[in-house]
Amino acid sequence: MNAIDPTKESFKTLKNIKILYFARLRETLGLDQENIILPENVTDTRQLQKYLSNKGDVWENEFSQKKAVRIAVNQEVVMATQILQDGDEVAFFPPVTGG
Amino acid sequence: MSVSVQRHDFDISAEITDLYAGNTKVGAIASFIGLVRDMNDGLNVTEIELEHYPSMTQKCLESIVQQAEKRWDLNGVRIIHRFGTLKPADQIVLVIASSSHRSDAFEACEFLMDYLKTQAPFWKKESTEVGERWVEARKSDDEAASRWNSS
Repeated sequence: MNAIDPTKESFKTLKNIKILYFARLRETLGLDQENIILPENVTDTRQLQKYLSNKGDVWENEFSQKKAVRIAVNQEVVMATQILQDGDEVAFFPPVTGG
Repeated sequence: MSVSVQRHDFDISAEITDLYAGNTKVGAIASFIGLVRDMNDGLNVTEIELEHYPSMTQKCLESIVQQAEKRWDLNGVRIIHRFGTLKPADQIVLVIASSSHRSDAFEACEFLMDYLKTQAPFWKKESTEVGERWVEARKSDDEAASRWNSS
């Protein structure tokens, strides 16, 4: 963190988010969670999906709308596209099958 | 209202007793238990692994209970949902609703299960004779949950 000068304008726009993957996604992506700094052009959940899809291979397969993926932001499912804030916890998962 | 997400088993009779203890207004208690079946979509199931999203599960179930409490006149609600490795005939989920009258208890119990199945962040993975597979969500569950929107 020392490398970043907090007085610079760019620092203020950096958004750190935590991403969680569950069930089929966790297995196919081989990852259960990660912390990322959002690229400047990724400001909402739809763009985040596109960004993840662009990672190719299994990522493209899971995030290019071919498969049903649900999104929760801060533990609440979001239906429409939602703007992402610094510190958000975003979760991706298949339709639920409990009960 | 009491919601538990736990690995260990539960005892319905102890839970029912706890729910109405000391409350003489209760005239009706409806309950539901979901079990692991030994067959699903034509394959023998030997075991299931139930995964969930811990920080969301509790909040989500409590929100579902609050919705039920707004719609019906309930004295108490108890939900227990298990996670981890379960075998056929093991108990998965318990829902109990108590009320002064039976129709509120019956309807709330069904509503709670319909919403739990379509909203609570749990995922089942089955072990079968041909390997492991993730259980697919059913359209019939979505339809069961959506009927509560129109009433």
